[in-house]
Amino acid sequence: MSKAKDVLLDPIFNKNPIGLQILGICSALAVTSKLETVLVMCLAVIFVLAGSNVSVSLIRRQVPDSIRIIVEITIIATLVIIVDQFLKAFAFGVSKQLSVFVGLIITNCIVLGRAEAFAMKNSPGMSLLDGIGNGLGYSVVLLLVGFFRELLGAGKLLGFTILPSTNDGGWYLPNGLMLLPPSAFFIIGLLIWALRSWKTEQVEEEN
Amino acid sequence: MSRDSTSKILSVALLLCLVCSILVSSAAVLLSDRQQRNKIEEKRKNILLAAGLYRAGEPIDALYQQVEQRIIDLQSGWFSDRFDPLDFDSRALVKDPELSRGIPDPLDLADIKRRSHYKDVYLVREGKQLQQLILPVHGKGLWSTMYGFISLADDLTTVRGFSFYEHGETPGLGGEIDNPNWKRQWQGKRIYGDNGELRIEIAKGTVDKSEPDAVYKADGLAGSTLTARGVGNLLKYWMGADGYQPFLERLKQQGLEP
Repeated sequence: MSKAKDVLLDPIFNKNPIGLQILGICSALAVTSKLETVLVMCLAVIFVLAGSNVSVSLIRRQVPDSIRIIVEITIIATLVIIVDQFLKAFAFGVSKQLSVFVGLIITNCIVLGRAEAFAMKNSPGMSLLDGIGNGLGYSVVLLLVGFFRELLGAGKLLGFTILPSTNDGGWYLPNGLMLLPPSAFFIIGLLIWALRSWKTEQVEEEN
Repeated sequence: MSRDSTSKILSVALLLCLVCSILVSSAAVLLSDRQQRNKIEEKRKNILLAAGLYRAGEPIDALYQQVEQRIIDLQSGWFSDRFDPLDFDSRALVKDPELSRGIPDPLDLADIKRRSHYKDVYLVREGKQLQQLILPVHGKGLWSTMYGFISLADDLTTVRGFSFYEHGETPGLGGEIDNPNWKRQWQGKRIYGDNGELRIEIAKGTVDKSEPDAVYKADGLAGSTLTARGVGNLLKYWMGADGYQPFLERLKQQGLEP
């Protein structure tokens, strides 16, 4: 039982896909200027990760070695298209803001990485937990980045005003840099610094 | 049969493709009605927003009853019956060489390269009296093409509302074209001068209200000079001689009934 717990919870802080493996940075820059888009993106990634891990694991004994990456990508692409179609039907506003970045989940290295590294070798149940765990690890980082970017860049959280901005007659002068993608680099860098100061075993050895 | 034999590879690949394509196509087909409805509703909402007729919480279909869609021919500068308004998509027309043309460089202020001969316009009227005319406009901002609607009052010069429904400008900077305060300042601005010449422009910074020309100038956007310039340029293009100006002048002379 404790193995299942580790598989689910380890990716959140101990083996965070963004923090430790530095994967999935592209979307972490692109969709984090607002918390609302972050939330939808996180749910989409969790669904795709869990779905692709389970599907890959179910057919892992049948898949010929020579085409396994193609098989994995096909499954991932199918799931991503289904998510994209659902968002366009049921969350039209958010899907417009996420635009191409839902489709780009296909190329998110975390998804293929987990399918290849974990789901090909483990049972469907464990793969499901691993998928959800890694999705949560990704989400924790994205939510933190989105929180700081929206708060400091627009003075808002989930669209509600927290710091009234000077544009609307308040006192807070929004930091425009926070709304540009490079600011996510700074925040992710600081988060990784904080994480590795807390869990020093994650620090890479110097050559 | 070994796992890596050619026949195994082919059968796994075929089976996988079959299953995945069935999943993808059924998702697309089953959800397409809803997606289409979202798109139409979104467009209608933006037309209502530009016209100042949108009320949050009220059903869009009911509010949209006040709006009448017509198609105009930009070459003749008058209404056209060539298309069914419901199926009209001017973005698709731009791809058809028969129904569109390139815009010569010096005229292409909005930086859109091609323009369709036909455009959709939206009328709000009371009986035979036109109250508002809503025109679709688009042009390049800093990063993206911005699509919006501008609504003119019955004098066909005074702006009633102006808003963009699709753009990819930076949130918080160029994206401030969505800021309600910035949109509100457009109300009452005048596009054309007393002799029908195109006068609207975007100022640098805030417009001094005491200035005699203030009614022809809209506030710029702090931190997004290029987006604001794009808005000014697309207005100059669409309100100019290559855009809606001939139609507006004819409409002013003839009224709605020819």
